[in-house]
Amino acid sequence: MSTPIPHLVIVGNGMVGHRLTEQLRQHAAPDALRLTVISEESRLAYDRVHLSSHLDDPRPDLSLATDAGYRDSGVTVVQGRADAVDLTAKTVQVAGQTLAYDALVFATGSFPFVPPVPGRDARGCFVYRTLDDLDAIREAARGARSGAVIGGGLLGLEAAGALRKLGLETHVVEFAPHLMPAQLDAEGGAALRHTIEGMGIAVHLSRNTRQVSVDAQGRVTGLDFEGGTRLDADLVVFSAGIRPRDDLARAAGLSVGERGGILIDDACHTSDPHTYAVGECALHDGRVYGLVAPGYQMAKVAAVNVLRDLGVLDAPPAHFRGADLSTKLKLLGVEVGSFGDARGVTPGARSVSLSDNVRGTYSKVVVSEDGRVLGGLLVGDTARYADLLDLTMTGTPLCVPPETLIVPPLPGGAATTSADALLCSCENVRQSALCAAIGEGARDVASLKKCTGAGTGCGGCVPSLHGLLQTELRRLGETVTNHLCEHYPYSRQELFDVIRVRGHATWDEVLAAHGSGLGCEICKPAVGSILASLHGELVVAPQHAPLQDTNDAFLANIQKNGTYSVMPRVPGGEITAEGLIAIGAVAKRYGLYCKITGGQRIDLLGAHRDDLPAIWEELIAAGFESGHAYGKSLRTVKSCVGSTWCRYGVQDSTSLAVRLELRYRGLRSPHKLKSGVSGCTRECAEARSKDFGIIATEKGWNVYVGGNGGVTPKHALLLASDLSEDEVVTLLDRYLMFYVRTADRLQRTSTWLENLEGGLDYLCGVIIDDRLGLCAELDGEMARHVGTYRDEWAAAVNDPAIRARFRTFVNSDARDEGVQWVDERGQIRPADAPHLYPLPMLGGD
Amino acid sequence: MTLTAPPTHPPIPWTRVCALDDILPGTGVCALIGGQQVAVFRLGGRVYATGNRDPYTGANVLSRGLTGSYTVSGETRVKVASPLLKHAFDLESGLSLDDPRLSVPVYATRTEGGDVWTGSLA
Ligand code: SRM
Ligand SMILES: Cc1cc2nc3c(=O)[nH]c(=O)nc-3n(C[C@H](O)[C@H](O)[C@H](O)COP(=O)(O)OP(=O)(O)OC[C@H]3O[C@@H](n4cnc5c(N)ncnc54)[C@H](O)[C@@H]3O)c2cc1C
Ligand code: SF4
Ligand code: FES
Repeated sequence: MSTPIPHLVIVGNGMVGHRLTEQLRQHAAPDALRLTVISEESRLAYDRVHLSSHLDDPRPDLSLATDAGYRDSGVTVVQGRADAVDLTAKTVQVAGQTLAYDALVFATGSFPFVPPVPGRDARGCFVYRTLDDLDAIREAARGARSGAVIGGGLLGLEAAGALRKLGLETHVVEFAPHLMPAQLDAEGGAALRHTIEGMGIAVHLSRNTRQVSVDAQGRVTGLDFEGGTRLDADLVVFSAGIRPRDDLARAAGLSVGERGGILIDDACHTSDPHTYAVGECALHDGRVYGLVAPGYQMAKVAAVNVLRDLGVLDAPPAHFRGADLSTKLKLLGVEVGSFGDARGVTPGARSVSLSDNVRGTYSKVVVSEDGRVLGGLLVGDTARYADLLDLTMTGTPLCVPPETLIVPPLPGGAATTSADALLCSCENVRQSALCAAIGEGARDVASLKKCTGAGTGCGGCVPSLHGLLQTELRRLGETVTNHLCEHYPYSRQELFDVIRVRGHATWDEVLAAHGSGLGCEICKPAVGSILASLHGELVVAPQHAPLQDTNDAFLANIQKNGTYSVMPRVPGGEITAEGLIAIGAVAKRYGLYCKITGGQRIDLLGAHRDDLPAIWEELIAAGFESGHAYGKSLRTVKSCVGSTWCRYGVQDSTSLAVRLELRYRGLRSPHKLKSGVSGCTRECAEARSKDFGIIATEKGWNVYVGGNGGVTPKHALLLASDLSEDEVVTLLDRYLMFYVRTADRLQRTSTWLENLEGGLDYLCGVIIDDRLGLCAELDGEMARHVGTYRDEWAAAVNDPAIRARFRTFVNSDARDEGVQWVDERGQIRPADAPHLYPLPMLGGD
Repeated sequence: MTLTAPPTHPPIPWTRVCALDDILPGTGVCALIGGQQVAVFRLGGRVYATGNRDPYTGANVLSRGLTGSYTVSGETRVKVASPLLKHAFDLESGLSLDDPRLSVPVYATRTEGGDVWTGSLA
């Protein structure tokens, strides 16, 4: 005898509906529960929170669910809109079929509210909710010049960012007197407005749209406001709030709220005992949540309760007790955080705020009479968000004046992180829970996500998860495995030593002696770089070329459409008029886009691979050489004009920069190397943001090491003062060679130095006091590098076998038709996907 | 249930692409066959052919990717990683290793008297 397997039907396959399937399958296998989802959209569940990134190029994959995934976990998908539910018969009508259920869950989300203004259905009017909406907007934007978004809230600003991305002149129209009226106060709104206008988005406040005006063909021409003003626009996006999709539930006879939303209790039960609702369609305790995190909590709660009710799970009932509406967002690149009683409406509450009209920041905390943080707002800088949210949630009495909570930290001052910081606010995961998970065996971010849920919402906390994992593992005294990849059970440093000691000269020797398989995109370039550092042979030599990433293989930087950029070396940023003319002539002849880089030189972009040798032949004839912009090697040594020109200069910074750039050019290293030399303490060459920086003093030069711009800026640390030029060179020779030998793959000097046990003192011990007796060896290695350097582009253009590799097609002289250009400000740029015209099938989908 | 039709790849005729020596061991070249870009790789003593277009970026670059091997359930297979965003594809099945819904077409190959030929399987 077998009891029938209970059948659960979920209406709606959005973010919460999908999360519910996952939660259910965690507790109930297909032989314990039949699961059917009804999905109305043209795609299965996707990450709506990151909807706007659908317009990015390359377009990220936002899908959360796949056909195959559902098939594997025994979830049946019925495509179509559920159009009726019979609560007594326990059936749902969808796509002409009738599904019988034992339990039913509404996860129907919400729909964008479109105010009833005349013309709202005109051609050119859109909403912003689904991938299909975005595709339609993208299509319409091709023929449009300007666009207006009605609604200056969270989603309206997202939509405005999208129109901007599509190249439209963009307007935001808001009824309230400031932006994001639901979250911000007037001052916060003003700070946000300032920044958003700075991005070229026009903001129109206190505007009530009377009608959408249309032309004779029924196409949108603009907006007419109350009071007679008007705004021209070719495209209009409505983003004036959302409404729960309770139509189906309402028609079935379930209780709904006065202003919409399917009524649920703490168990996520609706007014019918076999029916539940979760996500944005549900009304809990008088509230509809327009955020994904509360929806996920409901999914968790409903999963347990449904399975209990169906007799599948033996567990205590679960409860949804409401959720915090705190949000931290990055809107158009502006950080906005709002938590607790952000507007200070609690009786007796005191607000303290700080606004900076230049940085465009605004911070405010609301404190209760008895000195506890009740809430707050952060615009433009949310570094303090986690700490403040934590104080709010825990209700910790303050022992400092509240204003100190929002003053920017003094440089060098210690950060005030609380003992158990909230690291992931989407999933409400604290540091303690993450540490516990690590204690129980989680060894990477993927498993942390799996067992705590942290990082699975907006993803903004993932970098903190990485950081915490490293610190915790080190604290637990564990060796964080640093094997290069599955082919080599060694760290880069170990492999470097093995290759050096055994004297291996080729990949084949290294693989045969120490590796397995055929290698991969991680170990091949790493071994290639080690061989190049040790032996100084050309990276394009036939025995080394197969190890190189495309940039090193073709001695140029690949661009998004497969073409390359060309960057000749301009040592110290110093260039003659003839040099400039020669570069200009080459750019003109080969139709290249020109740009001055952040590294004081000129970049020529859009070169076809088969033009590269000819381009370089001309540049070499004009006295240029490779700038190694493509290599993990020295990039530039920036300089300032120094004592030769500047009235403040105390040393000749340009000459030293040229000397250093020529000395270290072509040095292959674990990561790229950058440097700068400044002629006085004003530091115009920004030397302290570099891997090694030199700053002139009255008596000579100060050497700084381990600086970084980029993702994690760091000021370089003083290694030695008042050196002569020759002393600078000796010290740098050793510093660089020691780094090349001991750093991990793709580790910049700043992280290398941070992780070097003993830090700067140890480094001084090795390269100044010679404690390890290594200095002579390091000096010798650098001398060999300098002695064997030759320009790899000159070598490449003079070798017919290497030149042959640059052909686009091995069997034809044709060019890649996939490369298409559009004009921008008088130069070429790659056509974005929407500009691409249809091509014959090019070996793809 | 399928939401999107599986991509179809027009067949290509058997064509001599180049001499085996034109491909450095471990690397790829691109051939133009019947208007289509075909990436041809020489790896571990064999020759593989796939479409040249990286479906993640839409750029025709796969022949310039780094080749290598990977292990899955104890089996060693061969792959190429796109030079743009490093998405890898199995050289024999064409499947993306990052997202099994994406793939590149694969073509048959043979070497004959030092020449490399590719074509669609009949
Ligand atoms: C030309 C240039 C150096 C070079 O050859 O690269 C340069 C040259 C001077 N800088 Fe600078 N700075 C130059 C880029 C920089 C940079 C880098 C940057 O902005 O990209 C910085 C670091 C960033 C910054 O602004 O802090 C920089 C930080 C300074 C400072 C320190 C400012 C500070 O707040 O600490 C001064 C001193 C000052 O403001 O009084 C300064 C002052 C000067 C003055 C104007 C000193 C003076 O009062 O006469 C120098 C003019 C020399 C002359 O007689 O012509 N320069 N200076 C750079 C011009 C760039 C340009 O686009 O015009
Ligand atoms: C542009 C944008 C940005 C956002 N940013 C954030 C953010 O930064 N942070 C945040 O927390 N939240 C954000 N959100 C909100 C978040 O996306 C929602 O809270 C979340 O998607 C709600 O999930 P849900 O499953 O309840 O509803 P939905 O994701 O809307 O899913 C409901 C699904 O049910 C389907 N459906 C409805 N009725 C039926 C029917 N009768 N039959 C079949 N199918 C039906 C709908 O078509 C839809 O696919 C954003 C939303 C948008 C649009
Ligand atoms: S910052 Fe660097 S990596 Fe980012 S877009 Fe600019 S060039 Fe590319
Ligand atoms: S903060 Fe959003 S996923 Fe962690």
